[in-house]
Amino acid sequence: MTPRPIETVPPPARLAWRHRLAERGIDRHLALLVPAMACVLALFVYPFAYGIGLSFQPEQGGVFGAYRAFFADAYQRDTLGTTLGLALPAALLNVAASVPIAYRMRGRFRGKRLLTTILVVPITLGTVLTAEGLLNYLGPAGWFNRALTSLGLIDAPLRLTNNYTGVFLSLVITGFPFAFLLILSYLSGIDPTLERAAATLGARPWQRFRRITLPLLAPGLATTFCLTFVLAFSVFPSAILVGDPAGETRVISIAAYHAAWEVYDYPLGSAIAVIMGVAELVVVGVVLGLRSLLYTGSTGGKG
Amino acid sequence: MSDFAELRLDGVRRRFGGRDALAGLSLTIRRGEFIALLGPSGCGKSTALNCLAGLLPLSEGSIWQDDARLDTLPPERRGFGMVFQNYALFPHLSVRKNIAFGLQMRRLPRDEVRRRTDEAIRLVRLEEHARKLPGQLSGGQQQRVAIARAVVLEPSLVLMDEPLSNLDAKLRLEMRTEIRRLHQTLGLTTVYVTHDQEEALSLADRLVVLRDGHVEQIGTPQELHNRPVNRHVADFMGYRNLLPMTVTAVDGERVTVGNGAGISLSGIAVGAPAEGDAVIAGIRPEDLHVGTAGLPATVEVVEYQGRELAVEARTADGVVLHLRAVTRPEPGDTITVTAAPDRVLVFPDGTS
Repeated sequence: MTPRPIETVPPPARLAWRHRLAERGIDRHLALLVPAMACVLALFVYPFAYGIGLSFQPEQGGVFGAYRAFFADAYQRDTLGTTLGLALPAALLNVAASVPIAYRMRGRFRGKRLLTTILVVPITLGTVLTAEGLLNYLGPAGWFNRALTSLGLIDAPLRLTNNYTGVFLSLVITGFPFAFLLILSYLSGIDPTLERAAATLGARPWQRFRRITLPLLAPGLATTFCLTFVLAFSVFPSAILVGDPAGETRVISIAAYHAAWEVYDYPLGSAIAVIMGVAELVVVGVVLGLRSLLYTGSTGGKG
Repeated sequence: MSDFAELRLDGVRRRFGGRDALAGLSLTIRRGEFIALLGPSGCGKSTALNCLAGLLPLSEGSIWQDDARLDTLPPERRGFGMVFQNYALFPHLSVRKNIAFGLQMRRLPRDEVRRRTDEAIRLVRLEEHARKLPGQLSGGQQQRVAIARAVVLEPSLVLMDEPLSNLDAKLRLEMRTEIRRLHQTLGLTTVYVTHDQEEALSLADRLVVLRDGHVEQIGTPQELHNRPVNRHVADFMGYRNLLPMTVTAVDGERVTVGNGAGISLSGIAVGAPAEGDAVIAGIRPEDLHVGTAGLPATVEVVEYQGRELAVEARTADGVVLHLRAVTRPEPGDTITVTAAPDRVLVFPDGTS
């Protein structure tokens, strides 16, 4: 056979253009994101920037007047502490309670789906329904107090609603399913043979959890904490419905609402909203900062 | 190392949903012995290993270390070391901490932990990698960490669950030698699970061949290689030609068999077949040669294998034969195939 010269076909120009873009790290399919980006800009970024701008234009007191007004007034200032006092323990409890339950529920067993459903159902209820249920169940004339009274355990009904306890319970009920689902999926991402390996090396059940599973789960716990914290920090309906909105559960979102829609001081309302965001950002930043110190690589599982 | 004479498995049985995954394994392991559990996937070999390790409870039977009953103890109190198929290294701990883990669990003094960890790292030649995380190591290095982690405790028994199956062919050979070397150096009693007969034959002092949860044969590599007790073990031991035949003549151990269509062979009987019995004649490819007189067959496939050629040929009545040749036949050639009579084994028809 006679050797044929190798054909040299010039690459088509269109292809070359795409490749040139790709070499610069540009994928032209990203253009499909433009409509979505436009929506985000118009519906989120613009109002957000507008709100920030508004917070620096109070009627009196100069650029930082609204912020100064917030921090100068103890009644306003304390809402920050009140909200943190609710959201931090609630998020912590949600994460802490989810870990042992999710840990027991790894792997496959009969009735797992039913149990998961029961644990997750509160997600669908919404805060208002939860609050109503709490009022009925834990209120002064609710089943819980009546049961305790008729058993002779207490003389006067316990005050469990329209105060800190009521809001705290409502935050736990609505926040727990999120924490539980997240942690369950983080846990199923950890290779179960790791604990078995630890067992053959002489580690008892608690040591296996403490030395192997917990360190691998910790980054997931941090992320879960951040999410449930943010959920709890913006608490509004339950603080009013099962709380004491003028007193011990006057959370920061109530202060913002009050300023913006009852006093019609939009700059102050915006300033409080910005303070809220910054407070969340600080907590999330600290937690994620600590998370970055942990091992965050592969955990060998299917996740 | 804990002092013991032997480890005894007594009728170990494990059921999964009414099916026997392991149906009564009885085995006595002498101290220092290297046992291979060999069989195809689903034969119960991994079940046996997990039962030994304590990761699966037994359905029946017991496990004894001399006079101490072990099967009622949780895995952490058995004092066995285990090497997992996927290595199961702790991904958040460095190589050194992985290896030290078991020693720390035993609450040994700090300098002893350090000394023995150093020793184990040196043993598997990972000195330069001691500070790395498992994710930064190659497959072979990870496997060496897994082995070091198990042997550093000087366990009374090392369990290995197909430790080489995730490695490429070259590395597998290297690690095989490494494991054998470690066993010779440390003399640790080992139970090794594999589906690779070559691996089992080259590593083990004794082999246990399992099929469908039952023990087919227990013996030394030589015994299994030369005298498999039935066609299933033969199949596993590389008797690729398993030809259904009928006995035509019996002369003590020596029998003559034929397939009624021209093939006639003489071989050594396993069991006591009678004339007219349906049997299986087992011949290794390397015991079938291209000769001057014998069975005519047509060459179909020729594979180059270095020193020899692997040939697949078909006889006139459709029986496929696997053999070795020194000179290269072309596909389509007609060759004559002969077998040495003392290399042919005749098994009872193993439909059972």
